[in-house]
Amino acid sequence: MCGMNKKKKLRSNLITYGMVIAAFAIVQILQSTGHLSSLLQGLLVPICVYVILAVSLNLVVGISGELSLGHAGFMCVGAFAGAIFTKCTQEAITIDLLRFVLAILVAALAAAVFGILIGIPVLRLKGDYLAIVTLAFGEIIKNVINVFYIGKDANGFHFSLKDQFSLGMEPDGKVILGGPQGITGISKQSTFLIGVILILITLFIVLNLIDSRDGRAIMSIRDNRIAAESIGINITKYKLMAFTVSAALAGVAGALYSHNLATLQASKFNFNTSILALVFVVLGGIGNIRGSVIAAVILTALPELLRGLADYRMLIYSIVLIVMMLFNWAPKALEWRERYLGRFFKKSAKEGE
Amino acid sequence: MSLLSYLINGISLGSVYAIIALGYTMVYGIARMLNFAHGDVIMVGGYVALTVVLSYSTNPLVAVLVAIVVCTVLGIVIERVAYRPLRGAASPLAVLITAIGVSYLLQNVVLLIFGPNPKSFQSVVPFPDLKLAGGTLNISAETIVTIASCIVIMIALTTFINKTKAGQAMLAVSEDKGAAQLMGINVNGTIALTFAIGSGLAAIAGVLLCSSYPSLSPYTGSMPGIKAFVAAVFGGIGSIPGAMIGGIVLGVIEILSKAYISSQLADAIVFAVLIVVLLVKPTGLLGKKIQEKV
Repeated sequence: MCGMNKKKKLRSNLITYGMVIAAFAIVQILQSTGHLSSLLQGLLVPICVYVILAVSLNLVVGISGELSLGHAGFMCVGAFAGAIFTKCTQEAITIDLLRFVLAILVAALAAAVFGILIGIPVLRLKGDYLAIVTLAFGEIIKNVINVFYIGKDANGFHFSLKDQFSLGMEPDGKVILGGPQGITGISKQSTFLIGVILILITLFIVLNLIDSRDGRAIMSIRDNRIAAESIGINITKYKLMAFTVSAALAGVAGALYSHNLATLQASKFNFNTSILALVFVVLGGIGNIRGSVIAAVILTALPELLRGLADYRMLIYSIVLIVMMLFNWAPKALEWRERYLGRFFKKSAKEGE
Repeated sequence: MSLLSYLINGISLGSVYAIIALGYTMVYGIARMLNFAHGDVIMVGGYVALTVVLSYSTNPLVAVLVAIVVCTVLGIVIERVAYRPLRGAASPLAVLITAIGVSYLLQNVVLLIFGPNPKSFQSVVPFPDLKLAGGTLNISAETIVTIASCIVIMIALTTFINKTKAGQAMLAVSEDKGAAQLMGINVNGTIALTFAIGSGLAAIAGVLLCSSYPSLSPYTGSMPGIKAFVAAVFGGIGSIPGAMIGGIVLGVIEILSKAYISSQLADAIVFAVLIVVLLVKPTGLLGKKIQEKV
């Protein structure tokens, strides 16, 4: 990692940005010439969401070296914080774009606060224990939002954990968050352009963090905790930094996600969503940010592209996943690749280590 | 009386978690991997037993035995095809993701064969319910069978590990793979045996779970799977008595919070207790403290 000189690193980063911009341009051309099916058009924003989610998770899993199984929880916080903000300021802020930008910032901030609150206890643990606690927090966030009611009337906000009627609102009050029903009537603000801009911002933050002094401290903890500690690196501070930035970016992904839907329910952000993000990270290459982007795009589009196969699509998806994992990670497969496919794969195999 | 009956139900549910958690913990102890497909093996066990009962034989014992055999074979095949090639991979996450792939695969194969609609499961327990205290305390036969099976399995497994050669080999491999190999232990065979036992237990857990909660869908296994995983971590992953205690504690907490606090928040409470336990005892209740070496 450190052997790579500055110029090469810069070039690699520019390729990543360029790739995203090129993909955006190609999609725009296809769209204007009418070559993009409506199915794919509907996928554009979700793809952006999952790219941001995957890149943010890679910061924790790849760069900080901690397995997080509850990333969907932060996305959930961001999604709801952003959507609640949008609903509450519908009348106060009349410029749509400004409101959406503020909603994204609120989402990032809310998720970051949760990142710090959860990170402080969680980061004391190690390995699989840390993984299971992140899973637990993710599930708790989902479950609590699922029973949470928020209403607003002339007297201000009302909260309840029971039901809509125990909010005790005036007759003119309206329910903002309705427990398992979630939030309805969110104004649809997410566009592909905004999604791509958010991807670029995410990449800028993460890539710059990795190449900074802080990033090197984070990676040194991953590579050897004790050695890092012995040269005076503050373990808790740097781990928490990676965890919080990652949570905030997941919150951004959540806001983008919630403003693409008419209704938002907490049950969407379950364990499977966290796992999905992890699949993107591992398949794209742990610690390889560009890989996360590519894997998220392909794997989000794949099930939809396989839709023609109807019932068999998830079956094929799972087989593709297993085969790709074996091909990319099995020591025997790597040996075989090196022997028969030669230089073509050598570099990527090494990067995975 | 209601508290007592909730407690008994909790212990029964906890016994199922414990049996599933045993599979998790044994596999983790020996192969250092989280087998996320374990929950889906439970579901396969349930479907196999259901199919046998509906179309071949109404004898519940036959159904359970067939389910055990099918799941054991399934466990061995999964280990051989999907997990063994990844042993020695650069990152332990590789095999985790592959396990998730296997989990999706099992769910979707079952989905294609049996369809997405939940099937109602007929209890395999042929005994009547037990009425105590003049009929005020009703304990279902499923509950008794579940708790009894759990105790029998626990004793059998402990005896197997401590008294037989294969069991000792398992312990050796979980301590140190390299050293075990040097002592002439067939490491791959031992790991395969662990998966076989774990999957066989999953089949039993599947049948018991479906007998108590008689609804079976391709996704039945995933939540109990996660909870059992939590139970295994709770008790100290890799420890067999830990899995047992973890499972039962988890089951009791779940049933009690469903009864007295909120049924929607029960899962959140279970996870919150786990977090508290891990923060106080970072390797679980009975987990070994791993010494850090420089």
